[in-house]
Formats: sequence, structure tokens, C-alpha cells
Amino acid sequence: MKSTNAPVKARKTIGARTFSGLVLAGAAAGLIAAGPASAKIEGDTIILGSAISLTGKYSSNGVDTQNGYNLAVKKINEMGGVTVNGKSYKLKVQYYDDESTPARTAQLLERLIEQDGVQYILGPYSSATTIAAAPVTEKYQVPMIEAEGASRALFNKGYRYLFAVLSTSEQYLASAVSLAAEVAEKNGKKASDVRVAMVFENDAFSQDVRAGVVEDMKKFGMQTVIDDKMPADLSDISATLTKVKALKPDLLVISGHNKGAVTAARQIKELQVDVPMIAMTHCEGAKVVAQFGAASDGFLCPTQWAETLSYSDKYFGSAADYDKLFKSSYDGYKNVPYQSAQASAAVIVWKEAFERANSFDTDKVRDAISATDMETFYGPIKFSEAGNNIAKPMVLRQIQGGEYKVVAPSKYASDPLVWPREAMY
Amino acid sequence: MFDNINLLTLAPVLNVQLLLDGLFIGAIFVLAAYGLALVWGVMNVKNLAQGEFVIMGGYLAWHLGTLGVHPILSMPIVIVIMFAFGWVLYLTIIRYVITRDLFTSLLATFGIALVLQQALNLAYGPEVRTAESGFQTHAILGGLVTVAEIKVISFFLCILLAAAVITFMKKSRMGQAIRATAQDARAAKIMGIDTERVYAFTYSLNAAICGAAGVLVSMIWVIQPFYGIPHSIRAFVIVTAAGLGNIPGVIITGLGLGVAEQYSGFVLGLEFQQATALILLLLVLIWRQIQLAQHRQVVQ
Repeated sequence: MKSTNAPVKARKTIGARTFSGLVLAGAAAGLIAAGPASAKIEGDTIILGSAISLTGKYSSNGVDTQNGYNLAVKKINEMGGVTVNGKSYKLKVQYYDDESTPARTAQLLERLIEQDGVQYILGPYSSATTIAAAPVTEKYQVPMIEAEGASRALFNKGYRYLFAVLSTSEQYLASAVSLAAEVAEKNGKKASDVRVAMVFENDAFSQDVRAGVVEDMKKFGMQTVIDDKMPADLSDISATLTKVKALKPDLLVISGHNKGAVTAARQIKELQVDVPMIAMTHCEGAKVVAQFGAASDGFLCPTQWAETLSYSDKYFGSAADYDKLFKSSYDGYKNVPYQSAQASAAVIVWKEAFERANSFDTDKVRDAISATDMETFYGPIKFSEAGNNIAKPMVLRQIQGGEYKVVAPSKYASDPLVWPREAMY
Repeated sequence: MFDNINLLTLAPVLNVQLLLDGLFIGAIFVLAAYGLALVWGVMNVKNLAQGEFVIMGGYLAWHLGTLGVHPILSMPIVIVIMFAFGWVLYLTIIRYVITRDLFTSLLATFGIALVLQQALNLAYGPEVRTAESGFQTHAILGGLVTVAEIKVISFFLCILLAAAVITFMKKSRMGQAIRATAQDARAAKIMGIDTERVYAFTYSLNAAICGAAGVLVSMIWVIQPFYGIPHSIRAFVIVTAAGLGNIPGVIITGLGLGVAEQYSGFVLGLEFQQATALILLLLVLIWRQIQLAQHRQVVQ
């Protein structure tokens, strides 16, 4: 009996499943059709969406970013919110955790846009996740203002709906090259006499930084004496530093995230490397001053933003005011990471774009973002055709007596450059 | 590449630096590889979590450092903790996979590796950490060669640890039991050896040795929850190249790998530094194959 019954039952179940599947699909289609129009503004609240790394390897910077977004949202809401068509709206951010995985970022953005109907996106943390996010926002023609993706791979694809408030990664260490040229000329040498040693991690970000350095070196006709690629999980560059000691370059540039900076600072100290000018990214993230003390003196470190800069706006006041407000709003920060500052700046751009567009139509808002030309506490913001911020320079700070002092560009410099670097080993 | 070789002949003193750095770091490779050889030889478990044990040891040292314990002094504490941790892992997981086939033990230890990585990430975050020994660096030979005290100390600690483990294996009752079990587990059992306990002890000893290596790594290199893999790979390469049960072989291969990495980093560039381990492994395997082929012909 059982054996004859079973197939019939099974057939029924399949039939039922197909039916319920159809219903579900229909409902989903209905949601998609109805979703976007109704859900992007809830009452008097504009919903921004973001997939951000709250867990996984980017989690600490992801949380910094989220804090930056939240602080700006709070501030703008306190100041009366966003005024569109004479009506005042509050801002709110809907977050998902992308677990620091680019594939997840893309999925979550689909979910934000398709299911939740969010039409205005704030970027994720890191270049890798932003690279995964951009095709999605592009597909749905939803504008995204991002603050944490600096890779140039983001700005050579012709994306129309992507805007970035930060400086791109080629700019990170390029200023060190022009600084080296300046110093050479001041000392009666030619810029083309400058010999450069380069150590860059073998990943998209660091290679972008390298591309910027190489481009500027070409401009001055400088010579490369070392050009090493550091694998992601290698924490030993002593072989290269031994070479540096033998070749005595005028400028040593290093970029490899926090690991690269820690490794370099530790081994520069151990091998007592004596190069007149050393520039590296991620000095602060790697806490080189706290860990290696006087041995890190004289390092040149690029930063997107510093609280000592003379930028200001009507929302947060000066960069220093932002610094103070951030520290009083969130516990556990000794220094305000620039990641937070640029996240806040992205929210300000959204606010002003809504007001200038005076509409919630995504295309009108997109055009308004594109026309942005403003001063913020984070620096000037003006987007190129490609969507990157071309108004804000990258700032170079030198570690002097354990403190970060702005030394370039000269317009914002608070202290003169110490050259050659005087490190105590 | 030829420029770099040229540089070495022009300034031969650079060789001293590369050799010293290579030997110092190679000694640490030897520790982790020796632990693996032990577990592999005795229990036939290919422990893929080897590198994670190293990193965990590093984090324990770093953590104790934040509590005011000097990293060097934290080593005995780390050894005890890691030994206990190894025992717990044995009782909860390894015990059940020893008798199974190769893939079960590979999967199980790979799983342990993943869980450890994520647990360390949850506990300490993804930031790169280092433990500061606070020791000085000395410049010799006109400043071109520098020797960091911590590397010398770590080198001698490695020798001390290796000597202690080898003596233990030779002289002590447990050491003899471990060796007997490695030779023939069934016979050992019949002779009254509690092989279960021997396995647990071996696995724990391995974890403890790796932990000690990790303490040194945290002071010389950097640690991060996901940096265990290169350490695992090196341990596997060294043990495979040296052969199981060949302790002098493990020591020589480990030190040699350290030096080879420094030289290839110098001559070929950093991108080839870690590749060296795998290239060496390939060469050893090819050479072995040729040897075996000759041997086979003789038999025929």
C-alpha cells in the first residue's frame, strides 16, 4: 500500500510547492514594483542605506565609518534636518553587516535597493567592498556617496552613480616624491638625481599608491633603485632593507597597510636603516610612534584628514571642533580616525544635494551630487566626471618628537620638514 | 636580479646579515616543524592548525604583555596554557579522527584552524600586533650588519627548547612510550602503554612547542589572526623535505629554509621570499622521485 501511495503524495507536494512558489514569486515581483516608490521616504524620514563591515577583518575601521555616518546624521537632524520642497525631513541610515566580504556587500546592496526600496546609498568600508558595490548601484541607477574606497579601479570604469569624498590612492605618497624633488633642488642637486627605493604590498590599494609614486617619479625623471612587491602575509622585509642599506637611496617609500607599516618600522629600527627621507602609509593605524618610539621619528605619513587642518563648515565648525565632538560622542578614541571624518563628510554631501535638487528623484539628486562644490570640515569637495574628489589634497605629516606635524603641502604646513631625518636607534 | 647578485659580491658583508637573519628566523621554523613531525610521525595526523597554534601563542604573549609580563617571561606560561589547550582539543576532536582516514583528520584540523582564526579575530580584532621585547640592536662590521639582541636570545631559546624536547624523548618514560607508539601502536598497547594518553600528550606537546614559537614570532615579526597559514606551510615543507623522524634533517632544513628565504628575498625580490619554501619542496620531491626510480631499476 505504502509503495503505491507514496508517488501520488509526492506529486501532490510538488504541485503544491510549484503553486506556492508562484505565489511567492508574484508577491516578490509586486514588492519590487511597489517597494522603491514607497519605501525611500518613510513619513518625514529619508532612509539612506549602507552595507558596512561590522564583523570580519575590516570590522574596526567599519565601526569607525559607521560612527562617522551616525554622528553626521545626528548633527544634521539636530540642526533641523534636510529641507526639500519647504518640508523638513530627518535622515536615517539602514545598516547591514557585510562581514568584510565583497560578495556579501553586493548581495546586501541588492537587498537594500530591491527589497527595502532604499534609493540613496552610503558606501561600505574598504576599496574591495566598494568595488563590489559599485556595479550594483550602477545597475539600479541609484546614487552612492562613498567615503572609504580610494582604489583607482573605482574611477576608470565610467560609473555615473558613484561619488567619493576622499582622495584616491595614487595621491597617497605622490606628494612625498615632489617633496623629495623640492629638497634636492634646495640642496643644489637636480630632481632627476633623486634615487628612490620602493616597497609595496602586492594588493590593489598598495599598487595604486605605487602607480601614483611612479607617475610622479617619471615627471621628475627620478631613478628607481629597488622596486619590491611584498606578499600579503609576509611580515619580513629585512632582505630588502639590507639592500636599502647597501644602495643608500634618497627616498624610501613603503605601503602595505598596517602590517607593512609595523613590519617596516620594526625592521628599520632593527637594521638601523639610515635613509634621509622615509615615507609610508598607515603610520597611525599601525601605531608606530607608540610601539617604536624615537626610531619612527622623521617618517612621512600621508593622511586624508587631520584635526589640525584649517578646514571648516557650518555643521561641525572647524576640523578641531569635529575632533572634540567625536571624542565626546564616542568612547575609546584617543585620535579621531580620518575614516570617521570622511564618513561624516559623505552624509553632509547627501544633505546638501537633496536640498539643491529640491526633489527625491534619484536622477535629479544624482545631478545635484555631481555639481557639488563645497567646503567642509573635512576639506573641499568637488567631483570629477569619474566621481572622485579632485578638490581635496592629500596631506603629508612628519613624525617629529613623537607627534604628527603637517609638513606638506606648504599651504597647510604647520611645521618645516626635518631633513635628513634624525632617528634615534 | 643580476644587479643584486653583483651587490653581494661587491659588498660581501651583506652575506653576513642575510645569513644571520636567516638562521635566527629559521630556528623558529624548526620549532613548529618539529612539533608537526612529532604529531605526524606518532599519530599520523597532519595538523593543518599548526600555524594557528603559533599565532595563538603569539597572541597569548601579547596579551600577557598588556598585563605587564615581559614576552620572554611569558613563554613558560604560554607553554602551559597551550599544552592544556592541546589536551582539550585532543579530548574533544582529535581523539575521534586518529583512526579515520587521511581526509577526516585533514578536514578536522582544517576546521580547528578556521575556528581558531575567527576566535582570535573576535577576541583581539583584525589589527596587526607585535610584542615589544625592548632589547637593543647592535651594529657590527662598520654598521652594515646589525644584530638584534632579541633575535640572538630567541635563537638560543629555540636551541634550548629543541634540546629539552629531544632529551625528553630519549630519556623520559613518556618519551620512550611516545617513540614506541610511533614505531607500532598496537605492539605498544600490548606492552601496556596507554596509547590514548601518549596521543594526548603528543598533541599537547606539539601545541606547546608551537606556542613557544609563537611567542618568539610575536617579538620578531608580527601577528594577526589570519597569519597562521604561512607558518603551517613552512612546517609542512620542512617536514616533507626532511622526512618523518629525521630530527637532524628537520633542524638543517628549517635553518636552511630561513637562509634561503632571506637570499631569495634579496636576490629575486620580496615577492619570491615565501615562494622559496614551495620551490625547495618541489625540488626535493623531484630529487626523491629520481632516487626512487633508480632504486626501482636496481631491484628489477
